[in-house]
Amino acid sequence: MDMNQYLSMFIDESNDHLQSLNESMMGLEANPEDLSIVQVIFRSAHTLKGMAATMGFEDLASLTHQMENVLDLVRNNKLRMQDFIFDTLFKSIDALESMVEDITGGGEGKADVSAIVTSLQAIVRGEVPAAAGGAAAEVTAAAAGNATDAQVFLDEFQYSVLEQSLQEGHQVLYVDVAIRKDCQLKAVRAYMVFDLLERSGEVVKSFPSVQDIEQEKFDYGFSLYYITQKDASEIQKMILNLSEIDTVTAVALDQESLRQMGQESVAATAEAPATAPAPEAAPAASNASPAASAHGKEESKAAPARAGGAPSPSRTIRVDIERLDVLMNLFSELLIDRVRLEQLASEVQNGDLTETVEHMGRVSGDLQNIVMKLRMVPVDTVFNRFPRMVRDLAKSLDKKVDLIVTGAETELDRTVIDEIGDPLVHLLRNAVDHGVESIADRVAAGKPETGTVHLRAFHSGNHVFIEIEEDGRGIYPKKILGSAVKKGAITQEQANAMSDDEAYQLLFAPGFSTAEVISDVSGRGVGLDVVKAKISSLGGNVTIYSTPGKGTNFSVQLPLTLSIIAAMLVRLGSEKYAIPLSSIVETGIVKQSQIRTIHGNRMLEFRGSHIPLVSLSKIFSIPDYDESTEEETEIVVVRKGERLVALAVQDFIGQNEIVIKNLGKYLPDVQGISGATILGDGQVALIIDPNAFIK
Amino acid sequence: MAEDIKVIVFKLGTEEYGIEVEKVQTIERMMPITRVPKTYSFIKGVINLRGVVIPVIDLRGRFSIEEAEHTDQTRIIIVNVNEMEVGFIVDSANDVIDLNRDIIDTPPDVVGGIKAKYLDGVAKIGEDRLLIMLNLSEVLNKGEIVQLESLEG
Repeated sequence: MDMNQYLSMFIDESNDHLQSLNESMMGLEANPEDLSIVQVIFRSAHTLKGMAATMGFEDLASLTHQMENVLDLVRNNKLRMQDFIFDTLFKSIDALESMVEDITGGGEGKADVSAIVTSLQAIVRGEVPAAAGGAAAEVTAAAAGNATDAQVFLDEFQYSVLEQSLQEGHQVLYVDVAIRKDCQLKAVRAYMVFDLLERSGEVVKSFPSVQDIEQEKFDYGFSLYYITQKDASEIQKMILNLSEIDTVTAVALDQESLRQMGQESVAATAEAPATAPAPEAAPAASNASPAASAHGKEESKAAPARAGGAPSPSRTIRVDIERLDVLMNLFSELLIDRVRLEQLASEVQNGDLTETVEHMGRVSGDLQNIVMKLRMVPVDTVFNRFPRMVRDLAKSLDKKVDLIVTGAETELDRTVIDEIGDPLVHLLRNAVDHGVESIADRVAAGKPETGTVHLRAFHSGNHVFIEIEEDGRGIYPKKILGSAVKKGAITQEQANAMSDDEAYQLLFAPGFSTAEVISDVSGRGVGLDVVKAKISSLGGNVTIYSTPGKGTNFSVQLPLTLSIIAAMLVRLGSEKYAIPLSSIVETGIVKQSQIRTIHGNRMLEFRGSHIPLVSLSKIFSIPDYDESTEEETEIVVVRKGERLVALAVQDFIGQNEIVIKNLGKYLPDVQGISGATILGDGQVALIIDPNAFIK
Repeated sequence: MAEDIKVIVFKLGTEEYGIEVEKVQTIERMMPITRVPKTYSFIKGVINLRGVVIPVIDLRGRFSIEEAEHTDQTRIIIVNVNEMEVGFIVDSANDVIDLNRDIIDTPPDVVGGIKAKYLDGVAKIGEDRLLIMLNLSEVLNKGEIVQLESLEG
């Protein structure tokens, strides 16, 4: 059956559930006695299992089933959470994650989970020998003995629902409905049956699953478990009253037959090899009661319906990212037209037209805000996997580390979010691995045993800052410089002249950071250049603040968005270029006489200091403009961090919102150009990357 | 019999070249091109094709044939190869023909000054027309360009 249309939904929801599993497990670890958390975990695991089984990912379903067994014992107070149980459960979640990843990548979600399954079973067995008489134990023990095709019988959640209903005096019915073969819209008939039943009770499980039935993916009959107050005969009559229904059998089940059924179906599936095709399980159960054999058949086809807590009503909808991109692109087109219209209106000088265009400008400004907001995602989507990662890492390193996350609700453009994960993982690993000292060292240094890593995100101006700060050993600039000189990366004189900040920047130099000497001495090392490169490519920046002995802070500065920016348009001869407004300090005019040549470099006095003057016309070899022939030159002062550079241009055209487009895959990276944009007149203008001129 | 393919025919000088029609996105008249500094000389710049910025290559320049003035016959053929969109400036493009794969022969070492590796083959059509089929992935291979540049430099 074709499940492709559900696949993306399955992947999304699985990821959500895995995330919630991870979070809840972390919560439970901090608070092992809180059984309400166990309930949450159980529900997530259960939903995941149902979805996986429906989609036919059996390994996924069977592993979650084993987790459920353990969790069930915990929530019934039959098992106390202990470290090794946590570890095993965490391992299971990891395995689930990798399976879902595999599915995302187009795989089958198959994985060898036998080791984890065995240890989960061991946990279940080890803790329940005394309770062997109880119904729950029966089920769990049975489950443990029948690990690999777990989804082949009523899972014990559904089982216990049925059992409980019986205890509370409800009727549990097994209903088999056959629709007439000449029925045209069988799905509709089936829907009517369900509708009718739901009015006077609850359908616990159906085969095929409700989704399949809605898709008409069934023959002419279906069966279901049903809890109600009414009699079997009454229900039978009710259903038969619907047109085009052929036959209905409703069998009332009692405690005994229910339990027997549970065992029978277990026996049936246990006899069948783990990979046995579904029908083989059915005959094995045929000596049981009719209901049980039907049950065996039903269950062996493995399609548990979604049970458990209904999803809470949500005010959000999922939208395919591609649609958002399309929306963004369409909006960019509109923006270009708007600029064009504004141009035309100012030429035509018609009052009504100008007014309309201005109004359109305001509306499209609002529209732009909303479109941009749609693409904003809270950094939490990246941050949420970090607590778990830090926990594992600290454990493996035998350190105690608290990760304190603040500002997880801070929003960033999706494109930035997608890219920022890996660099942050890197920085966090560094912080835990190299920053925070071992317990002994910390105690010796008079610090608390547990190290603290702060992960902060906050807005500031047009940027978002993400800081990773630990209270570890800090970085000693002298040691970096020493190693750099030893490595021949810089000379002794250069080293002497370097400020602490410049020394820290050396850590980001390619090749430098991977040098063993450095990582031994400074304790920092792996691939910081990669981190830096990635963040720079996003238009961001990394700064290090460190106090030796007290700790280090890696501060990552990121632009809010990547796709629409405010820019200054300038003219160079016949060509137009855009300079991002965010990096412009000011614009001005200088006389030739103010330009001095120092060491062959043209410098300019600017607010009490000398800054280099860069000739864009030379760098871009512009054919029809050369500023050195002019008496006065327009300049744009741009900055990168603390450094300033003046770019010589011919004319300022004005300030504009521009839509950033890339130059296409074919063009190699052009130095000094970060992209292109389309102007109001349809021409392409290149966007200058001011960082390229500042070394 | 091998399958028939549809081929867009264009001209560089007197030679006729072919590109499979599936790889061609559109054919455009000459339009304003924005120069991109500091890149290979045969990359003429980028154009705005209905909101998408696409780099444009002068095919004459790519094959080291002397570049020619643009006329009103000059066309930009936008191709899509290996998920790269690139425009080719050609002297003219005015024919679509059906071609059977059987009649495409392996090319000689050099045809019209173009190395064989840029070619998929040569097809004889009619009595005296020779159609040169381009190997687009090789034409757009950037590793090759780097070599070319270092040889010239």
